Amino acid sequence: MIELENVSKWYGDFQVLTDCTTKVEKGEVVVVCGPSGSGKSTLIKCVNGLETVQEGRIVVDEAEVTAKSAKLTALRAKIGMVFQHFELYPHMSVCDNLCLAQEKVLGRSRSEAEARTETLLTRVGMIDHISKYPGQLSGGQQQRVAIARSLAMDPIAMLFDEPTSALDPEMIKEVLDVMVELAREDGMTMMVVTHEMGFARKVADRVVFMDQGAIVEDRPTQEFYENPTSERARDFLSKILNH
Amino acid sequence: MNYNWNWSVLFEPEYFGWLISGLGWTISVALCAWVIALVVGSLIGVGRTLPNKFLSKICTAYVELFRNIPLLVQMFIWYFAVPEMVPEDAGRWMKREMPQPEFVTAVVALGLYTASRVAEQVRAGIETVPQGLRSAAISQGMSIAQVYRYILLPISFRLIVPPMTSEFLTVFKNSSLALTIGLLELTAQSQQIAEYTFQSFEAYTAATVIYVLIALCATVIMSLLERQTRIPGYSGKES
Repeated sequence: MIELENVSKWYGDFQVLTDCTTKVEKGEVVVVCGPSGSGKSTLIKCVNGLETVQEGRIVVDEAEVTAKSAKLTALRAKIGMVFQHFELYPHMSVCDNLCLAQEKVLGRSRSEAEARTETLLTRVGMIDHISKYPGQLSGGQQQRVAIARSLAMDPIAMLFDEPTSALDPEMIKEVLDVMVELAREDGMTMMVVTHEMGFARKVADRVVFMDQGAIVEDRPTQEFYENPTSERARDFLSKILNH
Repeated sequence: MNYNWNWSVLFEPEYFGWLISGLGWTISVALCAWVIALVVGSLIGVGRTLPNKFLSKICTAYVELFRNIPLLVQMFIWYFAVPEMVPEDAGRWMKREMPQPEFVTAVVALGLYTASRVAEQVRAGIETVPQGLRSAAISQGMSIAQVYRYILLPISFRLIVPPMTSEFLTVFKNSSLALTIGLLELTAQSQQIAEYTFQSFEAYTAATVIYVLIALCATVIMSLLERQTRIPGYSGKES
């Protein structure tokens, strides 16, 4: 479904990604973790072309994202993305947030879009807030709406960029619950940048550990946690698991 | 000081008529120029934020040119120099046949000058919208045009209502410069009343009061607009 081959990226002289190669199969959940500044967010932003890469190849659903001729808008519409700071459109109600791209990008009618919106908001437990504005919701609520907004496009895969790191601790669970359900019940293909190790252990098939722009480990979840091979991963795990 | 106050001259039909006619021209020039400023300013402001380097450079050049030349000089250029610079037929038409030449020239000069200032507000407004919102819209498959149409412009136009209020007030005040090319707007009419009656205090006081009243009305309208367009629970970048 998602393939990255020898991807490298520079900001000027600074190399943010070094020769990254990994793969996400259909229905697989892959967690990307690593210390801050290791390039995890940049890596998943490359998958839907939000960031460009200078070297290497990225293929999503048999379409090459990195090709010069890539039809990026059509491709992006098929890949959902959830951001750290939610990024709901502040000037629109929850309902319009979900309907906008359905109507303007997918060409659905207003009534089709609203029907889909209601189904998804019910599912993430936000149907009671359908006519509120994002500024009137808590962080956890906003993130659930943002997940519903991505799902409204009927994506073939979902990218999550630190979806819980801007949330208060008591709101993290409500967002993770939605994500767990998505992975388990829908079998959604997911690439998740997160430090939530509980979530990773519960649903991730594989963990990709990054450090300084390179993929250091890429292994099945259990193996990664029980027996990390690299010194850097061991050090990282000891720091985040000992609390 | 030996000055004979005589406020009643202002209400003599002839002079009162001049004031009203001046007020009419002032409002007409200002509103027409404002329409030009909004349309041209929005286009130029958006142009400066586009990824296309060529377009954004042209728009930057427009802003720097029109913002940095004194408005009075621009009025004179449009009125005296432009008809000589264009092809002969067009120049003759501008000098002889163009209806209301002072009015049209004043509107164009004031409109294009104010557009450069509006453009800066629009650009600042667009740049204030958090980068993440742009990414979110793009990640949903929207084109650049759709991102502007549905996300960036609706948010930034709401954000810039307060600074645009000052520009709106300024366009009324700047319209007084049209008297230099012979348009009998409010300032010109009060000057004329002062010359006819020698009651210059009264005449200019009348103009002052009328300008203040216009400004108050404009402020009230803009604050109503601001309240009407306020986004519930949102106050701009990283609120």
